[in-house]
Amino acid sequence: MATSDQTAMGTSDKTPATEIGHTPEKAPWPLWEVFVRSSRGLSHVHAGSLHAPDAEMAVRNARDLYTRRNEGVSLWVVPASSIVASDPDAKGEFFESPKGKDYRHATYYKKSEGVKHL
Amino acid sequence: MATKTQSPRDAQLQPVPSAEDEAGQAYFDKIIAEDSRIEPADWMPAGYRKTLTRQISQHAHSEIIGMQPEANFITRAPSLKRKAILMAKVQDEAGHGLYLYSAAETLGTPRDELFDQLLSGKAKYSSIFNYPALTWADMGAIGWLVDGAAIVNQVPLCRASYGPYGRAMVRVCKEESFHQRQGFEILLELASGTPAQKQMAQDAVNRFYAPALMMFGPNDDESPNSQQSMRWNIKRFSNDELRQRFVGMIQEQVRVLGLTLPDDEIRFNEETGKWEYGELDWNEFYEVLKGRGPCNAQRMERRREAHENGAWVREAAAAYAAKKAQKAQVA
Repeated sequence: MATSDQTAMGTSDKTPATEIGHTPEKAPWPLWEVFVRSSRGLSHVHAGSLHAPDAEMAVRNARDLYTRRNEGVSLWVVPASSIVASDPDAKGEFFESPKGKDYRHATYYKKSEGVKHL
Repeated sequence: MATKTQSPRDAQLQPVPSAEDEAGQAYFDKIIAEDSRIEPADWMPAGYRKTLTRQISQHAHSEIIGMQPEANFITRAPSLKRKAILMAKVQDEAGHGLYLYSAAETLGTPRDELFDQLLSGKAKYSSIFNYPALTWADMGAIGWLVDGAAIVNQVPLCRASYGPYGRAMVRVCKEESFHQRQGFEILLELASGTPAQKQMAQDAVNRFYAPALMMFGPNDDESPNSQQSMRWNIKRFSNDELRQRFVGMIQEQVRVLGLTLPDDEIRFNEETGKWEYGELDWNEFYEVLKGRGPCNAQRMERRREAHENGAWVREAAAAYAAKKAQKAQVA
């Protein structure tokens, strides 16, 4: 089962084309995640997802779906199944910055307050 | 994801919630209490998933069915400019449907299953699209009143607690204001035209006013699911709150148009600070919802026809993709 939005919701090793009862022509099209670069100098940002039979059609569909109003100068499409996400259940443990490491931030250093260009 | 109504016996057979479910529920409650967002990979109550799947897919179906009344007028648009505008609008509705299907899919129901639910008549869509568009002025009334009501409904949905739904709605809302303005402009031009044109505009407003108000759904005391949706931060305002807000917004606008609304009971209540309006015909609403509106059969037939006639295109695209992939492997 394909899920979009960069987050795997449980993976299935069945590819759409091999699901029971589907000939390749009738199988659901795979899911693609779409990233749009809104202008030169900026990163591609996730815009959404769509279904398409192959990469070429995915790029064309992404153009029609996500850039009808000059929203982008470049598009990426990525098969949703290729995205590896961090474990959603890890939550806090995975991301929480260990306490007592304030010294990684400039604001930790108070003695230099008021000194120019620092 | 389908959970049937449980008989007391079934309820007894329900397993005790696992430690995992309890932790999931606690985390979910915390996120909702913080007014933060739930994302697809998070644990969520089965009811939350079911409610959202139904709401988002119905919303998607409405966008797709909603293409029909206006698409019917593309060949009859009065100028090349209006034709181009109408085509852009209908294309937007298709886009909105696709954003929403993507969002619904993140809850676990595959796209083709969502399509089947619409085509089989199992899923509903907004009752407004079962009313016919009879004249060119209806394109104006649909844009002004129907898209206008949709905006009032959709703006708070941008803050819905389910992340993908909120993000889809942000995209939809950005595009929707063009829809409303173009409709308003159509009506304004007709209203400042010949008496016959003005009458055509008035007639369209008369027919779409009440159905547009009913788009917000039944009155609050008839809408039991709303309470739960509001506790889950999916819905932010009640049906009646949104409806009276919309009635207030269109008062000034209808004056600019030089037209009137077909309701003598509209007044601003100084005490409550709210707009009041005449009782709507809820029997009609439920009849249309049950499939007995003026255009239900036609809309569904047209949708099925479009789906079936498009089958060869989908199959050809898939076959071409498979062939190309094979060639690439050989090379």
